[in-house]
Amino acid sequence: MSQAGMPVLQMRGIVKRFPGVVANAGIDFDLLPGEVHALLGENGAGKTTLMNILYGMYAPDSGEIWLRDRRVSIASPHAAIALGLGMVHQHFMLVQPFTVAENIVLGQPSPREPFNENSRDLHKRLDALSQKYGLAVRPDSPIWTLSVGEQQRVEILKALYRGAEVLILDEPTSVLTPQEADELLAIISRLAREGKSVVFISHKLGEVLAASDRITVLRDGKVVGTVAARETDKQALACMMVGREVVLSVTKTPAHPGETRLALHNVQADSDRGLPALRGISLEVRSGEILGIAGVDGNGQRELEETIAGLRVTTGGSIVIGGQDTTNTSPRQTGCCGLAHIPSDRYRMGMLGDFTVAENLMLQRLGSPPFTQHGWLQWDNVRQAARELVTAFDVRTPSVDTLCGNLSGGNAQKVVLARELARAPRVLLAAQPTRGLDVSAIEYVHRKLIEQRDGGVAILLISTELDEILSLSDRIAVIYEGKIVGLVDAGEADVNEIGLLMAGQSRQQGHLREDRVPQEAL
Amino acid sequence: MTTAASLPAVAPAARERTRHLLIALGTPLLGTFIGLLIGAIMIVLAGDDPLVIYQTMFLGAFGGGRQLTETILQASPYLLIALGLTAAFRARVWNIGAEGQYYMGALAAGATALLLPGVPGYFMIPIMMVLGAAGGAVWAFIPGILKTRRGINEIISTLMLNYIAILLVQYMARGPLQDPQGFLPQSAQLVNADRLPLLFGSRIHLGVLIAFLFVPIIYLLLWRTPLGFWLRAVGSRASVVRYAGVNVDRMILFAITFSGALAGLAGILAVSGDGFRLKGDISNGYGFDGVLIALLGRMHPVGVMVAAIFFAALTVGAQAMSVVSQLPASLASAIQAVVVLSVLATDAAVHRGRD
Repeated sequence: MSQAGMPVLQMRGIVKRFPGVVANAGIDFDLLPGEVHALLGENGAGKTTLMNILYGMYAPDSGEIWLRDRRVSIASPHAAIALGLGMVHQHFMLVQPFTVAENIVLGQPSPREPFNENSRDLHKRLDALSQKYGLAVRPDSPIWTLSVGEQQRVEILKALYRGAEVLILDEPTSVLTPQEADELLAIISRLAREGKSVVFISHKLGEVLAASDRITVLRDGKVVGTVAARETDKQALACMMVGREVVLSVTKTPAHPGETRLALHNVQADSDRGLPALRGISLEVRSGEILGIAGVDGNGQRELEETIAGLRVTTGGSIVIGGQDTTNTSPRQTGCCGLAHIPSDRYRMGMLGDFTVAENLMLQRLGSPPFTQHGWLQWDNVRQAARELVTAFDVRTPSVDTLCGNLSGGNAQKVVLARELARAPRVLLAAQPTRGLDVSAIEYVHRKLIEQRDGGVAILLISTELDEILSLSDRIAVIYEGKIVGLVDAGEADVNEIGLLMAGQSRQQGHLREDRVPQEAL
Repeated sequence: MTTAASLPAVAPAARERTRHLLIALGTPLLGTFIGLLIGAIMIVLAGDDPLVIYQTMFLGAFGGGRQLTETILQASPYLLIALGLTAAFRARVWNIGAEGQYYMGALAAGATALLLPGVPGYFMIPIMMVLGAAGGAVWAFIPGILKTRRGINEIISTLMLNYIAILLVQYMARGPLQDPQGFLPQSAQLVNADRLPLLFGSRIHLGVLIAFLFVPIIYLLLWRTPLGFWLRAVGSRASVVRYAGVNVDRMILFAITFSGALAGLAGILAVSGDGFRLKGDISNGYGFDGVLIALLGRMHPVGVMVAAIFFAALTVGAQAMSVVSQLPASLASAIQAVVVLSVLATDAAVHRGRD
């Protein structure tokens, strides 16, 4: 603990029930002045609920909140801000065409001269704040010119400007490159040094250990324990989170790549807005290997995924799956050529939330025998086959008639995984396969992917989680602004180099193969 | 995501289903009751006794064989239109053009009958059925293709096409197809062979039977065939259907065209089951009421059937009311509207309470 003294914040016995679920079952949490206190837990452990209660978005069913020596009830985010609480959400709430300063005063309760805010004074104050905490944002920059990391710092600045003494950061590194994440962790410790108290919500063990003084672990809505960061390690924390021993590192044998199963030649495609999103991608994935595509979100990953799956028009180049040209065909055609697809957006593409587990498991096969015979759906056969998959993939569901939307993220992903792997694919396109999953579900998905690889499937793994790319891939390609800017064997991979390539920085001396790096990246 | 998601605590499916069923049945009943209560206030304000009025209306709609027949006859076009719309709405294709499709069905069937006199009934009736359904289908296919090819909102295009269809039929009824012996804007009477055969020695005709037969047909289509599954899946998330390798545009086209065909079929009843002439005003807004009935019946064939009979009963009961009391017939329409609003509002309130 960094400082002794009276806690700035205490939450006592917080209980919050949702229909069918107790999200917080009597949680105690306290925060000391100048402390970084991490709230660690799997998805659904109750972290975000607890902080939403603190920020006035939910009313607790019971329990008390104390700020210093005063018991408070916080009815709205507005009240929370007035009490000196500030929250930085995962998704930023900024108006893109406005400047930093405009965004910060926007929605402020009655500035004295609303249309004549003395902008020079304001800019000066913002500059001072920004410098004090090392935020390095210019008040007059329009938001759209800023990187994601900078936008996040604007959110922090906004909270500070509104007088926050306690800052709540909800999964702040999930949108950042490794370098940006490091910068953020430095800012967090600086905030604490300057006397602010920080609640840091995360499910990433490494950064929690690096950035915080104390760590409170939640599981199933209860506090498992609060430990000093200095006195614990990843293994112990993972065990607390999950409630059992967890294998953190992926164990895999060397790859034995075979013939090329998926080949992209100079593939080009447009984004939804009609702008070029893929600008000449060439890749080959062989049987029995995992090719990982690393990159910051929004650099063409979604377009690449959809183009390969046959969901997006290819404006140039060609795609060959299992020896057959599937350029500009259809998902049905790519499926026939042996492609299975774990989509990045589970709920938009991967499954129908208001349909049953059985229906989702048989999605592509519903129309063919034995699930449809003489034109009629055979629900008994659908359920029977679904039950087998549920057992084989250990999907935790009350029955195959349960709606998929009622499953946890991990179990919903198991449904998608089970369905796609049951098609006995030759090529597996796995896009963000563990997004939003908790530690044990991630472990499961990773094991399955390695299993498929060892069974000879060619796997293209697209992920914005660099750790995932590093631990699963046999080769790693970095995508930046719709181009592959680097390709390296996983054994020779250097995190810093990959991080720089992800950020579009020029390549430095390293192991990246000169011949595979396009000219523009040099 | 974080809150309700990860705990495997989902209530037992059977109990959940019973609860759902209770809510599904109880909510419209409660809404109807509230609507009738408000209607009672309106009747009191109009200076009459609500109990007497409601009794008159009820007996007028269900009080005997003749009344029941009238209600069933009245319910048939409602039912056909709303069942078609059920299939479309399940796919989230908002066809608001059933009125126009109904008119086009009536026009196609009526014109066929008038242009082909002397063809025997066993031959003529099927031809009228097919062509009437085709008339509605074509009228719905146009906004369908505009939606899938050009992304034009079907709510607007189907609504606009209503007026074209209505005006076209009015033109035909006072122009090319007008009864040469008459002065009214209507065609000559259809010959007996072109009239839908009557059943059970009553006024119930073949069209009524067909309308009610479509209740199980729509149910089977939606829940027992792959086609119906994909229609419902498109309504749930079209992007998932695309991902699964099914042509979403084709599903949308099917949904809207199918609903148009049923509306066209309903149009035949107006010409060949009743009145036996093509008139400029063959609809009392059936196509628009059909939208309400489909929604009121919660887009389930059985619910739609109940809603269609309920709507028909209110209409028929209102006629009885205007005979017995001094109240204007428009009061019945007002009560009808209040009941619909109450049912929908109760529904929304119950759903919000649960979320």
